[in-house]
Amino acid sequence: MASGQQWVLVEMVQAFYEAPAYHLILEGILILWIIRLLFSKTYKLHETYKLTEREKEDLIEEWQPDLLVPLISKDHPSLKYNIVSGPPSHKIIVNGKECINFASFNFLGLLDNERVKEKALMSLKKYGVGTCGPRGFYGTFDVHLELENRLAKFMKTEEAIIYSYGFATMASAIPAYSKRGDMIFVDEAACFSIQKGLQASRSFIKYFKHNDMEDLERLLKEQELEDQKNPRKARVTRKFIVVEGMYINTADICPLPELVKLKYRYKVRIFLEESMSFGVLGEHGKGVTEHFGVNIDDIDLISANMENAVASIGGFCCGRSFVIDHQRLSGQGYCFSASLPPMLAAAAIEALNIMEEDPGIFIVLREKCKHVYKALQGIPGLKLVGEPFAPALHLQLEKSSGSRSSDMQLLRSIVDYCLERKVALTLAQYLEKEERFLTPPSIRVVVTVKQKDDDIQKAVSCIREAASVLLK
Amino acid sequence: MTESPASKPASNGEGCLHARNGLKPERNGFLKSLQQQSRHRDRNRDEEELHAAPHHGDLYNRPFLESFEETPMLVAVLTYMGYGILTVFGYLRDFLRHWKIERCHIAREKEEQKDFVPLYQDFENFYTRNLYMRIRDNWNRPVCSVPGAKMDLVDRVSHDYNWTFEYTGRTVKAVINLGSYNYLGFAENTGRCADAAAEVSMAYGVGVASTRQEIGNLDIHEEMEDLLARFLGVESAMAFGMGFATNSMNIPALTGKGCLILSDELNHASLVLGARLSGSTIRVFKHNNMQSLEKLLREAIVHGQPRTHRPWKKILIMVEGIYSMEGSIVRLPEVIALKRRYRAYLYLDEAHSIGALGPRGRGVVDHFGLDPRDVDVMMGTFTKSFGAAGGYIAGKRELIDYLRCHSHSAVYATSMSPPVVEQIITSMKCIMGEDGTTIG
Repeated sequence: MASGQQWVLVEMVQAFYEAPAYHLILEGILILWIIRLLFSKTYKLHETYKLTEREKEDLIEEWQPDLLVPLISKDHPSLKYNIVSGPPSHKIIVNGKECINFASFNFLGLLDNERVKEKALMSLKKYGVGTCGPRGFYGTFDVHLELENRLAKFMKTEEAIIYSYGFATMASAIPAYSKRGDMIFVDEAACFSIQKGLQASRSFIKYFKHNDMEDLERLLKEQELEDQKNPRKARVTRKFIVVEGMYINTADICPLPELVKLKYRYKVRIFLEESMSFGVLGEHGKGVTEHFGVNIDDIDLISANMENAVASIGGFCCGRSFVIDHQRLSGQGYCFSASLPPMLAAAAIEALNIMEEDPGIFIVLREKCKHVYKALQGIPGLKLVGEPFAPALHLQLEKSSGSRSSDMQLLRSIVDYCLERKVALTLAQYLEKEERFLTPPSIRVVVTVKQKDDDIQKAVSCIREAASVLLK
Repeated sequence: MTESPASKPASNGEGCLHARNGLKPERNGFLKSLQQQSRHRDRNRDEEELHAAPHHGDLYNRPFLESFEETPMLVAVLTYMGYGILTVFGYLRDFLRHWKIERCHIAREKEEQKDFVPLYQDFENFYTRNLYMRIRDNWNRPVCSVPGAKMDLVDRVSHDYNWTFEYTGRTVKAVINLGSYNYLGFAENTGRCADAAAEVSMAYGVGVASTRQEIGNLDIHEEMEDLLARFLGVESAMAFGMGFATNSMNIPALTGKGCLILSDELNHASLVLGARLSGSTIRVFKHNNMQSLEKLLREAIVHGQPRTHRPWKKILIMVEGIYSMEGSIVRLPEVIALKRRYRAYLYLDEAHSIGALGPRGRGVVDHFGLDPRDVDVMMGTFTKSFGAAGGYIAGKRELIDYLRCHSHSAVYATSMSPPVVEQIITSMKCIMGEDGTTIG
């Protein structure tokens, strides 16, 4: 009430007059001190020094940056590339010599297939070369939509999405779903594209030993215990397992049925990378899900690149619409990059046609893989790494000398020896400092349907000779 | 030397239409038709008068004119109100869908996986479900011809408010194309570029199936890189299959922990991703604002790394030639002057400006009449002016040698497709005039 307030005010003023002088002076000093503290500048302890302009100029003058890039010596092994003149098909001309190709991932021999080239040419005559735009800005052509439909039908999933670069496919797919705070369980032998996707996603990463389901289960159990301690956080932490169908680094398969069992038991989603197994495994070439007879709906996302069996460029992801549609607005490599040139998409469609018309080639490829696997056994000094039906095998040194660079020197000399004798092989290349778990150096041997028996015979005897001459 | 506060031309409220250099109130890039914006800017730039000559007249050989229209207040308010109303309606719709009053069109999680942690947070998809779906028909029209000056679009209708589209089978012919990045008109299906590409695709095939370091390095790749180095006026160049991947895979090879990246506010997603993947410290300076950049440079050199105060290993300034979302051109002479003074390195992303700017089409360096050797790393893409696909990095021989050994793309990613490479070679020769004609 107003009068009540007035009365309190009068009391205050009276008290003011009646207070002793020292009390008033003390109060006044305190108030002034508080005002001074409020307005004085706070200083952080470690910046109690202030540099003068002169000192700053001196620091700027003195500072010398490192060289932009460290100097590379002229005889760095990766500096000189092999030059291929002419098409990289079955007979490949490397550094001027015509060799039999055991190095390109041309599993189904479609790189120089006439039908594929004709279709690409027709598409070039209709659309030109480039698309001049990302998918969102008039870069979507009807060929892209057709290819996506065809891939979805081929893999019997609801939807597929195409990327214009194989490496970017998995590297854009993982960060689209998994963000900071989520949990990803990855195999140690995962390829570099997966590693970059993991790094971009900023999630927690846990590696489990290669193809070791017990190790994975142990990690999942640990995570379950953590979740029980903190159920609120667990309700929003998404968990993923990322594996490859056929590993490019070790040429073996992931145990998919066990993974699906673990998925339902521990409620984690599976992302499967099928670059090496698409168009290779399974009765119709549908990959590792067909090979094991696993229901494709159990896998949340399958990603593959079209640069191996489907001899084109680019990559795709397929799965249920619920999962794939999200990438159309949040896959970085999809939204912010130009779309696949239409002629490459047309070539991929034709390759799919060939794969659908003639499932016999997969049987032929598997036979050849088994043949090569048997033939490469027992080379003194080299051991064969991989499954019998893997199309890209690794030959590692049986006894490592201890130093990676001398191992690589030795293997490179074998490759050069074989190149001299017209067999094109290649060393498996890695970025040594960037890989998480480096595999031992190896020679990559690729099997294609175009290789005839005497080609294989020649190659095997060449490698055997090289090993016996150079590996003493 | 060069810096003084009054460096911004025609700013500080002289004339109500001239905005200060920097932000526009709304930058919803995905929704705006960006191509139309940047064309509008370019035209404005030439027409507007300059009130005050730029202070750095000695650096620029002609006046640097740029003006950005200020958004009228009414439009801004109405836009935000529109968003507000749509959000309210979105919540209402969600409510109706939850109670099954309205039919739900969106894809759902599998039955067996209903008790998994949800894949998307509710709010992540709110925009897609309720706002984007309504207006989805405005974009993403499939094209069914060459993306040239006129193109054909596939006709489509939607019977359920844009949730699904039905293709009627008809095409809309001869639509004027203001949407494709076909700056120099090389996206053609007839003519010498297409013929050359056709020849090469029959000779070499379409795919390569191997990486550059293994057995995927074709002779035409080497030829293209030599031509590119001559085109740009640098010592050496290297090309990659995707422009986005060029940035995201090579910046981590150039910088690492202990380095500093100074990146413009409006840099492209690929530059931001590359900077993040490299592990360096990132500091952002205001868009095209040289004072902000200089302040950051001085602070960085004087104080060193945060908390330890050790000196930085290197400082990399990342700018773009033309910023696709704003249509502004980088102030390259000033950036180069700053970089020389403070010994930083410059990474120039010429995705949109290569082929499009400059009297000889050599990009923003040519536009300002500068020496290409001043830019440490020149990066660009072939998608826009050359009508192909892919990206490149060019610079000194040591830089390219290093990238040939250590770039992620050279080791793990498949090399470029032969017809695409041929298209680049032919179109570049045409621009350089080496093919004997004067079309370029």
